Amino acid sequence: MGKLNLNRTAMPKQDPRERVLNCNEVALGYTQEQAIMEAERCIQCKKPLCIEGCPVEIDIPAFIKLIAEGDFQGSIRKMKEKNVLPAICGRVCPQEEQCEKVCILEKKGAPIAIGRLERFIADWEAAQGAIEIPPSKPSTGRKVAVVGSGPAGLTVASDLVQLGHKVTMFEALHEPGGVLIYGIPEFRLPKAIVKREVEYVQKLGVELKLNAVIGKIATVDELLEEYDAVFIGTGAGLPWFMGIPGENLNGVYSANEYLTRANLMKAYRFPEFDTPIIKGNRVATIGGGNVAMDSARTALRLGAKESMVIYRRSRQEMPAREEEIENAEEEGVVFNFLTNPVAYHGDEQNWLREMECIRMELGEPDASGRRRPVPIEGSNYRTSIDVVVVAIGNSPNPLIPQTTPGLECSKWGNIKADEGTGKTSQRGVFAGGDIVTGAATVILAMGAGRKAANAIDEYLRTGIW
Amino acid sequence: MNKILKKLELAPGIKLFEVDVPEVAAKALPGHFVIVRNSDRGERIPLTIADTDKSRGVITLIFQEVGKSTLELGLFREGDNLPCVVGPLGKPSEIEKFGTVVCIGGGVGVAPIFPIIKGLKAAGNRVLSIIGARNKELLILENEVRMYSDETYVTTDDGSYGTKGFVCDQLGSLLTNETNIDRVVAIGPSIMMKAVAEMTRPYKIPTIVSLNSIMVDGTGMCGACRVEVGGETKFTCVDGPEFDGHLVDFEMLMKRLSMYSSQEKKALDDYKGKI
Repeated sequence: MGKLNLNRTAMPKQDPRERVLNCNEVALGYTQEQAIMEAERCIQCKKPLCIEGCPVEIDIPAFIKLIAEGDFQGSIRKMKEKNVLPAICGRVCPQEEQCEKVCILEKKGAPIAIGRLERFIADWEAAQGAIEIPPSKPSTGRKVAVVGSGPAGLTVASDLVQLGHKVTMFEALHEPGGVLIYGIPEFRLPKAIVKREVEYVQKLGVELKLNAVIGKIATVDELLEEYDAVFIGTGAGLPWFMGIPGENLNGVYSANEYLTRANLMKAYRFPEFDTPIIKGNRVATIGGGNVAMDSARTALRLGAKESMVIYRRSRQEMPAREEEIENAEEEGVVFNFLTNPVAYHGDEQNWLREMECIRMELGEPDASGRRRPVPIEGSNYRTSIDVVVVAIGNSPNPLIPQTTPGLECSKWGNIKADEGTGKTSQRGVFAGGDIVTGAATVILAMGAGRKAANAIDEYLRTGIW
Repeated sequence: MNKILKKLELAPGIKLFEVDVPEVAAKALPGHFVIVRNSDRGERIPLTIADTDKSRGVITLIFQEVGKSTLELGLFREGDNLPCVVGPLGKPSEIEKFGTVVCIGGGVGVAPIFPIIKGLKAAGNRVLSIIGARNKELLILENEVRMYSDETYVTTDDGSYGTKGFVCDQLGSLLTNETNIDRVVAIGPSIMMKAVAEMTRPYKIPTIVSLNSIMVDGTGMCGACRVEVGGETKFTCVDGPEFDGHLVDFEMLMKRLSMYSSQEKKALDDYKGKI
């Protein structure tokens, strides 16, 4: 092994001035040369920490080594042993909090760009046209119902079908993918990629039923009459509002609604697509997570002249990925830190006109370990605003808990499930992803899906609960 | 899947589809709604189920062509398949033996009130129905309503049929003449439901209304359908669509319903220009 190479290969991106005028993907991905250059930096640790850092335990050094050797086919095969959605994970996983955080080169400030390489290898395969379908094990004759086709559901379904179980996946919306389709915008995760990965899961043998709302057409208990096990991955549901005056004015959106209109319903192409969205020159997004970044950047692409983020803590405490914050800054999103809305003011016709905010300061650390924001009395100010997007999180979707009496839930409505297995209080029923943890990340949901799949397989083989 | 088995024009611009959706029909109860899409570019259109035939696996949908999406929906023919029918959504109507119930349907609101009339009758209630329309031509489901009602009153705004006036006028005379009305259920334009609620308030008669808020997903995920009921924010799709009419903020409902009126007009104009 030669000298350490600490030059992390940058990934080309669309110019910020250009990209706010379109909805195409911002990051453009590595060329083959760039990928090999980056892969060659990996020192192939004997005891790699990166694998432990990955919720689905991808054999990271192995797939990177194969890239460095130019064996892209071998690399994607290695990848898919553990992760069926690499094109998605390569784009939306917070690698800086996971695999890249524990990379030995991180200490030198230049961790291997694992996410970019993951994305590269997945995109390389797609560009080849023919996608390899790994052989499935012989049929076990067992049937599993997977409720929800988001990251958790897709992982459970593909793992179980490859183990020989018959899997039916139910999706309430008219397109599969859950948050990958309705939530994460095109410019961060092109929908063609989600489609491709879902098609791959279908090619593995998973049956997909769209427009099927479990809890309505069938309860979980009814599913158990037909299926040997049920996995619930229904994700986050009811959007939270702050409970301040004026939140039901015309022009105040939940981030779920704003992004669903823009992404799933393609309102940015109205009237070619039928669903409208309120555009507006001055748009404020409330919150500091990735969903807030997605909303603020969507506003720019819908033509907002000013898109601002209102966050009650400071930049340091923002839960959004650094990369997304930087992208938003580059595109001209204005950040108002240590600020919190206290009311929205409207006109006679119920239209939003002004936002009233209060300045905050950081006090003592709270339960989350972050310094608690405290309002500064008398610092209220009002500013004119056309659209507000409230991006402060969701509570779990209530449809299944309400219709499944045997299922224990927390007081917030999350389904209680064992962390290691996804087992719920009801025999044969497993759960994972945001419906259990509350809003988290794609990869954590996939990790929960992986663990649940293992536990479901064991349950189906042994019958032991 | 989702095959239109029967199509009728009930009145100018008001169409009826019988749709083959066994999974939905098996679970549908009075008050439930479905979401329908016309195409892969279409909106998600919420429509209350107007009738269900569980033995055939069929639901009846009745809609008025008011905008681009409903006009386009009206172009589907018998034998066509609807690209998407999701449901049954929302909470079903409360159907039990209340005693005497006045059921009011205004305009195309007669369609969603019909299964409630049927349900209440089957539960042993004395059902007094008031149905109304702008004129005789636009009145729908009169025979069906009569079949399941103990008394049926018909009003038209222009007096071309039944009693001249609004459904509320008829309600007014029932409130004065009937001593024991136990419940009122009203479905129609917001302004009508608001008027009904105001009329029954002094009598303290429980009054249920079914709201037609703007929706997107219809499963509790987006919050487009927020309404204020008794000062609290509720989601029409999962908390409703039926609410206590005495607590609903109808002013806000009506203003929220007009949120996209300029886009709706543009879509309609573009569409009419094309055809």
